[in-house]
Amino acid sequence: MTAAMNVQAVKSIYRFEMSRWFRTVGQSVLSPVISTSLYFIVFGAAIGSLMQDIGGVAYGSFLVPGLVMLMLLTQSVSNASFGIYFPKFTGTIYEILSAPVSFVEIVLGYVGAAATKSVLLGFIIMATATLFVPVEIQHPLWMLTFLVLTALTFSLLGFIIGIWADGFEKLSLVPTLIITPLTFLGGSFYSIEMLPEPWQTLTLFNPVVYLISGFRWSFYGISDVGVGVSLGMTLFFLGLCLAVVARIFATGYRLKS
Amino acid sequence: MPTILSVANLSKTYAPRPPRQAAFEALKNVNLDIQRGEIFALLGPNGAGKTTLISIVCGIVTASSGKVTVDGFDNVTQYREARSRIGLVPQELHTDAFESVWKTISFSRGLWGLPPNPAHIEKVMRDLSLWDKKDNRVMTLSGGMKRRLMIAKALAHEPNILFLDEPTAGVDVELRKDMWNLVRGLRASGVTIILTTHYIQEAEEMADRVGIITKGELILVEQKAALMEKLGSKQLALHLASKLDAIPASLSAYKLSLAAGGTDLVYEYDTKGERTGITALLQDVAAAGIRFKDVETKESSLEEIFVGLLREPRP
Ligand SMILES: Nc1ncnc2c1ncn2[C@@H]1O[C@H](COP(=O)(O)OP(=O)(O)OP(=O)(O)O)[C@@H](O)[C@H]1O
Ligand SMILES: [Mg+2]
Repeated sequence: MTAAMNVQAVKSIYRFEMSRWFRTVGQSVLSPVISTSLYFIVFGAAIGSLMQDIGGVAYGSFLVPGLVMLMLLTQSVSNASFGIYFPKFTGTIYEILSAPVSFVEIVLGYVGAAATKSVLLGFIIMATATLFVPVEIQHPLWMLTFLVLTALTFSLLGFIIGIWADGFEKLSLVPTLIITPLTFLGGSFYSIEMLPEPWQTLTLFNPVVYLISGFRWSFYGISDVGVGVSLGMTLFFLGLCLAVVARIFATGYRLKS
Repeated sequence: MPTILSVANLSKTYAPRPPRQAAFEALKNVNLDIQRGEIFALLGPNGAGKTTLISIVCGIVTASSGKVTVDGFDNVTQYREARSRIGLVPQELHTDAFESVWKTISFSRGLWGLPPNPAHIEKVMRDLSLWDKKDNRVMTLSGGMKRRLMIAKALAHEPNILFLDEPTAGVDVELRKDMWNLVRGLRASGVTIILTTHYIQEAEEMADRVGIITKGELILVEQKAALMEKLGSKQLALHLASKLDAIPASLSAYKLSLAAGGTDLVYEYDTKGERTGITALLQDVAAAGIRFKDVETKESSLEEIFVGLLREPRP
């Protein structure tokens, strides 16, 4: 038990979290699939037919990466925040805290499981999208990279929210107050070039812009900002979230009295 | 016997949570050594600091100052080694309502980094009479079963030291006996056990040593037998042949009282004392013309010792 890494513990947490998800997989998958379908029907089919192509891509197809990102962000945050908040709420966190596990292992287990669920969900939504509009993926490897990095980053953010929250209201506060507006204003449904100044410049302070832009580029080769910038910013946010999580465990913030 | 757990100058002040909660000093410079293989009972009233002490040793609460060493490993800097030796059965029943009993117990083993071992899990479950519930969801268990589930979770990772924080709270008499047997069996297999309890009877029955904690201070640690001998007072009851209205003046030098409506004359004496004064008393009783049918002696229980100790004003 003096191994550098308690791999068994990571596996246990991961499996436990995944089995919690699979137990309710119907609900977990159904609601995002239904809401994306609604978006496609309303924005893709009904309104989209009135829209011009953007960068040579039909509006319905243009929507796909943005919608996948929208679901990816909200689901990552809600899955991960709930995953760690729940043991705090029921008190079963005592076992995690008294086990011979490091914070890295706890994060790997919980955030890894949350990110896995989001990535799976991302694929399901992309598959759903193909039922409504033509979808092309020019750079599948980059698509996967952005998908996984974003799922990880926002699962970490969710994890932080779950630790910070001391009530169920706070769990949904950050997603509705911050994540959803940033995603809607981050170019899920439009290219930021369509915005007038000063909004176009202001939008560049929205981190989600970079995620969506990079992700959309991997589909259609069109982007609002350079792909390198997108990747750099994504990695930067990942690092930021990691640093906050490390700080939480170093100080025991809200986990230990 | 070698020390397996050492607690040195441990203090804990819970941080204030303004505006409602002031800072609270829950442990005051506690020192305690636990011997390998013993059963140690921590006794104390509500809010004494028992759970706080256990939580610090197990890594759930951070100490304000002091040091905890588990089998030679510091529980902060070498927490992996320290924690891997410890099993904890907390006072509160925290469980995953929707998981199956089997999965919940197996999860604990994995968390401690041990490879799966279905045979061991099965044995633990059988020992705790949980086997027929293995596929049940935890929420379908009764309170006593949940308590046993918590014990099973702690035993799933084969600890050397087991903390039982009020293991028999809310457990019926039958089950309590089973649990005591289980604890004895664990000790026989080499596990060191530290339990807290409100039931003095439990400590008296189970423990090798007893520690008494009150208001965050460990005021006494003693072998149970020695404690009872050292602090115990005995009573000698004389069942009188005829009822007595008052204690005769000739016997006023003795610590006497009348009981059972005047048919019992009770003499309290200290077993610590060189002389108990029994011989002299009996002579003086006979001289006073009091006749008795029978005599009886009674030893004070740990409970009486305990209450006496807590009542005593501390410097
Ligand atoms: N998280 C906390 N924040 C502030 N105060 C706390 C906290 N946990 C415990 N306390 C206080 O510390 C004191 C000791 O509590 P503790 O739970 O250790 O007592 P105990 O001896 O286990 O009591 P019981 O027999 O009732 O279980 C109590 O006064 C309690 O209110
Ligand atoms: Mg307690």
